[in-house]
Amino acid sequence: MRHASMTRASTVRSVIAYQVRDLVRSRWLAAYTLFFLVASEGLLRYGGGASKALLSLGSIVLFVVPLVTAVFGTVYVYNSRDYTELLLAQPVRRGSLYAGLYLGFTLPLCLAVVIGIAAPLVFNRVFLEPGHVRAVASLIGAALAMTVIFGAIAFLVATCVEDRLKALGTAIGLWLLASLLYDGIVLVVTVILGDHAVERPLLALTVANPIDLARVLLMLHSDSAALMGYTGAVFSRFFGTAAGSVAATTALALWSAIPIALGARAFSRKDF
Amino acid sequence: MIETRGLCKRFGPLTVLQAVDVSLGRGRITALVGPNGAGKTTLLKSILGLTRPDSGVILFDGTPLGDDESFRARIGYMPQTPRFPGNLTGAELYAMLRDLRGDARPADDALFAAFALDTHMQKPVRTLSGGTLQKINAALAFAFSPDLLILDEPTAGLDPVSSATLKDKILADRAAGRTVIVTSHVMSDLEELADDVVFLAEARVCFAGSVWDLKRATRQNQLERAVAELMRRGRAA
Repeated sequence: MRHASMTRASTVRSVIAYQVRDLVRSRWLAAYTLFFLVASEGLLRYGGGASKALLSLGSIVLFVVPLVTAVFGTVYVYNSRDYTELLLAQPVRRGSLYAGLYLGFTLPLCLAVVIGIAAPLVFNRVFLEPGHVRAVASLIGAALAMTVIFGAIAFLVATCVEDRLKALGTAIGLWLLASLLYDGIVLVVTVILGDHAVERPLLALTVANPIDLARVLLMLHSDSAALMGYTGAVFSRFFGTAAGSVAATTALALWSAIPIALGARAFSRKDF
Repeated sequence: MIETRGLCKRFGPLTVLQAVDVSLGRGRITALVGPNGAGKTTLLKSILGLTRPDSGVILFDGTPLGDDESFRARIGYMPQTPRFPGNLTGAELYAMLRDLRGDARPADDALFAAFALDTHMQKPVRTLSGGTLQKINAALAFAFSPDLLILDEPTAGLDPVSSATLKDKILADRAAGRTVIVTSHVMSDLEELADDVVFLAEARVCFAGSVWDLKRATRQNQLERAVAELMRRGRAA
């Protein structure tokens, strides 16, 4: 047993190692990093103060990271199809291979957003200012959570949906739902419920949307609670800052774990 | 070496394998032939465990294939389309496969040498030509001295010299006691290589036996004509 689990761990490690080597040499990952470097540095210089810059950066992260991760994740899985079959023909467990492929894709993206966002913050000494530590930490946390979650969703969709365009459409559709259509749904729910107990349905809606959860997490740790939006305000009133962070983080962890587990299961049962 | 019993596989409404019984003799080269869509690739993928049959068993040296993946250390697979991560080099691909397989089996770099791949192995694969990729693809399949070689259209995209080099290697490995299953649309290649023929059409095995049996049964003295005759009979029936 011990030996078997060690070989599995080594499978995951070597798949990750070569996947990371492939991705860090790719141009689009460099472009992705550069985008955040420019956005972060630009906002710090011309964004009217560090607090404001951090907020704008948060909005950019919540908009761009899920979209880019979902699209690239889906495309990546399809482009690696033949390669995946070659790997499946080796003495490896499917679960280990899926873990290796997923982490090998997600880790370089995490690295890219962290470097892109944090390097200008460190360089401009915003990082260590006592007033900003929590805001910076939650910004990076949100960027990582979006990468992990939308990477997992992209892998799940691309594993389950055979047709490349349909999978891409599904991934983009889910992103549209979570980032744009969602606000409309919140509005409709609020209007329909009117004066009735609006709190719990809105809480449920927040938990149902990873992007909104990340937004709540960001706002709980920034000094501009007014920008928190309706669901964010409900969330912080219901939980308070400390418990709210824990609740949001737990929900985000579930949002990562569930698509990863479903994707691994679909991958294990799939016919290639 | 490999035996399938009553292998069935459907993809939705489409039956891809229907009660397929095939036996690959140890130390023999079996040609898997048949029209497009006959189920050849599905059969190969079933043996590899990439596709799970709906029913039937596959025996590897008499042991049914189950969830244990370790038997694949004894298989070398050359897929039809070599597509590798573009920014990795051939040398990295090789190192990765060695990592995944462990070093239980001796390395065999004969094809890397025969194809003179050493300079190409240091370049990112996206910069390599289709022919060079196919050579790397072939060399990787043979690189870990497998007992069973599964070759899907191995000579596609190779120039005549490389194609001959690869065929020599396949014959040398048979002489070393390895078992080979190969699909190809190039009948002259199979004529040179094959000991046995399995003919699949419409998801069923229409013929399985030695090349000599096939030629006798169809009264043809060339493999290409014998297979054509089988296809004609299939259509007439």
